[in-house]
Amino acid sequence: MGKTRVDYKALSTQCKKKKRRTRKRKRKLMEGGGNLDWKIGVMAHAPAREGKKESKKYYQNYIRERGKEEEKIKRTRILVVVIFDELDPKSKRYLRGEGANLEVLRDKKLKGQLSIKEKLYGQSARAAAMAEKWLMHAEHGYLEAEGIEKTWRIKQESILTEVDIISSRKTFDMFLPELGPYKLEYSLSGRHMLVGGRKGHLAMIDMITMDLVKEFQVRETIRDVVFLQNELLFAVAQKKYPYIYNRDGTEIHCLKEHGAPLKLQYLDKYFLLVSINKLGELHYQDVSTGVIVVSYRTGLGRTDVMQTNPYNSVIGLGHSRGKVTMWKPTSSKPLVTMLCHHAPVTAVAFQNGGHLMATASMDRKIKLWDIRKFEVLRNYVGYAQSLDFSQKGLLAMSNGSHIQIWRDSDGNNDYGQYMSHSMVKGYQVGKLRFRPYEDVLGIGHSMGLSCILVPGSGEPNFDTWVANPYETRKQRREKEVHALLDKLQPETIMLDPTKIGAVRPQRKKEKPSKLEVEAAMEAAVEAAKSISFKNKSKGRNKPSKRAKKKEEAVLNAKRSFLELQDDEWPMKKPKLDEVSQLSKSLQRFARKKPS
Amino acid sequence: MKVKVISRSTDEFTRDRSQDLQKVFRNYDPKLRTQERAVEYTRALTAAKLEKIFARPFVGALDGHIDAVSCMAKNPNHLKGMFSGSMDGDIRLWDLSMRRTICQFPGHQGAVRGLTVSTDGEILVSCGTDCSVRLWNVPDYRSKNLSESSGNALEPMAVYVWKHPLWGVDHQWDRTLFATVGAQVDIWDHNRSEPVNTFKWGNDTVISVRFNPGHPDLLVTSSSDRGIILYDLRVSSPARKLILKTRTNSISWNPMEPMNFTAANEDTNCYSYDVRKLSEAKCVHADHVSAVMDIDYSPTGREFVTGSYDRTIRIFNYNGDHSREVYHTKRMQRSLFASVVVCCFWFTVIADEFSVPCRVFCVKYSCDGTYVISGSDDTNLRLWKAKASEQLGVLLPRERKKQEYMDAVKERYKHLPEVKRIIRHRHLPKPIYKAATLRRTMVEAERKKDQRRRAHSAPGSMPVQPFRKRRIIKEE
Repeated sequence: MGKTRVDYKALSTQCKKKKRRTRKRKRKLMEGGGNLDWKIGVMAHAPAREGKKESKKYYQNYIRERGKEEEKIKRTRILVVVIFDELDPKSKRYLRGEGANLEVLRDKKLKGQLSIKEKLYGQSARAAAMAEKWLMHAEHGYLEAEGIEKTWRIKQESILTEVDIISSRKTFDMFLPELGPYKLEYSLSGRHMLVGGRKGHLAMIDMITMDLVKEFQVRETIRDVVFLQNELLFAVAQKKYPYIYNRDGTEIHCLKEHGAPLKLQYLDKYFLLVSINKLGELHYQDVSTGVIVVSYRTGLGRTDVMQTNPYNSVIGLGHSRGKVTMWKPTSSKPLVTMLCHHAPVTAVAFQNGGHLMATASMDRKIKLWDIRKFEVLRNYVGYAQSLDFSQKGLLAMSNGSHIQIWRDSDGNNDYGQYMSHSMVKGYQVGKLRFRPYEDVLGIGHSMGLSCILVPGSGEPNFDTWVANPYETRKQRREKEVHALLDKLQPETIMLDPTKIGAVRPQRKKEKPSKLEVEAAMEAAVEAAKSISFKNKSKGRNKPSKRAKKKEEAVLNAKRSFLELQDDEWPMKKPKLDEVSQLSKSLQRFARKKPS
Repeated sequence: MKVKVISRSTDEFTRDRSQDLQKVFRNYDPKLRTQERAVEYTRALTAAKLEKIFARPFVGALDGHIDAVSCMAKNPNHLKGMFSGSMDGDIRLWDLSMRRTICQFPGHQGAVRGLTVSTDGEILVSCGTDCSVRLWNVPDYRSKNLSESSGNALEPMAVYVWKHPLWGVDHQWDRTLFATVGAQVDIWDHNRSEPVNTFKWGNDTVISVRFNPGHPDLLVTSSSDRGIILYDLRVSSPARKLILKTRTNSISWNPMEPMNFTAANEDTNCYSYDVRKLSEAKCVHADHVSAVMDIDYSPTGREFVTGSYDRTIRIFNYNGDHSREVYHTKRMQRSLFASVVVCCFWFTVIADEFSVPCRVFCVKYSCDGTYVISGSDDTNLRLWKAKASEQLGVLLPRERKKQEYMDAVKERYKHLPEVKRIIRHRHLPKPIYKAATLRRTMVEAERKKDQRRRAHSAPGSMPVQPFRKRRIIKEE
């Protein structure tokens, strides 16, 4: 039976033709306008079934339409080019870092796949930039001086005369001398403010309507207040334990395991309530399940300086010996211990981006740190009892009754004075908080509460799905459910949160393989063999001596490699525990391991 | 002094009337959304779990036949229509959406072995071991009276009796010829009582035949002498022959890349070949633990479904070496415990005598690519979803978007161990699981033995042959 040729060629050329055709079509599409030809092709075919006359009509119609549309496309293309030039720097922000370097890849398939992905990232970034351009209409606030004026000399009163009536209503001074020093906290959307007076005064205020939602007396010392997931629940650090209240002032829980808390923090994505107590113990409690996740002894003494890094939810603690430590719930030792000052740390604050930390201490220094490199960026002289970064990166600090607001004017973290505000002499400012999504700074002090306007501090455009100050009850409920569905596990708290799902970088030093080592050894041996020795006299040039010398050289060459191989797998050092080191009579005094 | 502060009036940000939609404002700034990676990862994990929870692929069983289902054909002109033929000579037309028989085509004396429908969906061709080819007019089951009187019997349009029992039939794409196989390959025309053309290569029985969807004159057959033969109708003799180590039970062309076909082999694997290069398989699809009985490509050409003697149905990607999905039900597994697995090297034979066997003899992908239908020898047709966790019915745009998002995050984090474990996990019946483990051991043992042989023989005397080539004995 003889072989006969099948028309494979025709088969494959058919496929190729198809491909070529589609390629052509694509090219046309890229050039723009060409898609119309395609459309005409398709549409002109469609009515052909019904009758030739109609198809002719269609075709003529389409030729006409085509002319119009091409015009339109040309016009829009010019517009699009203009917009894209403008958008490119903006879209960089949404790219979330540099793209992968595809040039070094050898695998063509992988390269193709990755380049498609990179393209998609670029597109989405551009789409986000486009949305920013068209949808985010509100502009951020500013304060500019004219002539010889300085912005930090401008008083609140003169700002108030310039701004509109809605904004001017946001400032107030509340005189509450009896139940003083006040702590305050804003909810995530900045709509509600929670106020706790040292002597048991608790109040929640709706900052948009300026209504008092609830006010009550707990008849106990209050050290700190914090909102939980939304304004329905809040936690209060009281004399002996932290308590959780609801909006109506009903006590929901008493968290006895925490001990006497000095400071509270809430990690909203994790549903974790964090407290530091008088004994310097750090407690993480899951408020959705009620389980204490972990509790650690810091071992660095009593402190009430605690702040969350919003970028990675790592807790920063400032200690009395000048140390700042950073904690996550899955390690019993601090992730980072920094000696920031040589005196007690009085305040710590983290910037939104997560790279900048500000610390203040009793040694009359305020330092700015780059916490990617753990380096000091700037060193300023001054006292500060309280520090806070705003959403736009302004830094507020208080010293006695005086408040200063600093600004990074040129973008390289060179903070300089921007605004200042003085309370009545004798007032002690306890806590400063910028209100999210507003140009307002809340001040809790010994004689009550104040709010001042700080233009340019807040993010002007809020995202309904992140934090919505105008949230309805239904939206709030839905958001709570979604937050619970997306609740993160405590393991995902880490210094660099972008590491999740990333590939571990290759080890820098790779072990030479066995074959390589052998080859190198052989080469060394060969080299040793080919050494020619000098001619010696007095019987030292005997063939036996020469042979011996050569042998020694070869052995030396070999030895170095054999030793290297041995070093590669060093014996595991047996761990000596304290008990076995001591003599038998002393063993009973050894420190017992905490189990 | 110039000053501006953020000032919002409540009216701008809330709706005017209670009938209005709530206003939504977006800010895509990454700074507002911290821990994006962690959130996405958590969502991927949830999506993987949800996918597992919603994985309910079995839609229903269609029962009606009184003997094993031996072959099926889908109607290219009607999505719901599916023909099935059984070992007792019964042919049925099913309405898949109602899950019931629309009508029957009685007449065959022995088992029906092959069924096919012309591309226009008008004519059904059946053949069987009673040496006859029967042509039937496919009833228009959209007409009302037919659907009301179910179980309607029909008369054949033509009956052609031939010399030898027939094992398979397939219809040409877009034209009027069809091919039957048995002792030889016969090409028939609708209107002729004798075949218009006959091919023969070797003496063994030909067991399956498929026309190429792109090239109407090209067809491929597999025969019991372990060969795969290509024919071109325009020339008088067969074109190419490929002899493998084991028999090929069924073949299917990739409808989107018509130069490729996949062969379902007796040795538990499927092999994808390129017609232009038959010297090695393009891909070996391994996962079944017993002979693969039937194969059918999805209309998208991206995946195919296989039915096996081991009572499972698997779905493979067209270039995937392992299956994406495995389907089985408890009822299908009822008596596998009686099976005795006899193995010698690569050759696995399951010798078994049971009361209620349920081996899958034929599988089909539905014409829209969303369902898979399997026919087995417990007389049932089973209807499955092609994507186990897919939500059926019309999705709202919001639901579709959510699904797309979930798929995207799953894709992005599928390499992480927790997500991978959940996505990869499939429950297997114990006998199949054991057989798979056994197979793995055997393969590994053989590989090791081969390695040792190679190590102890003269260098170059045992060339390394890839598995894609190893199963091919000869190419003519």
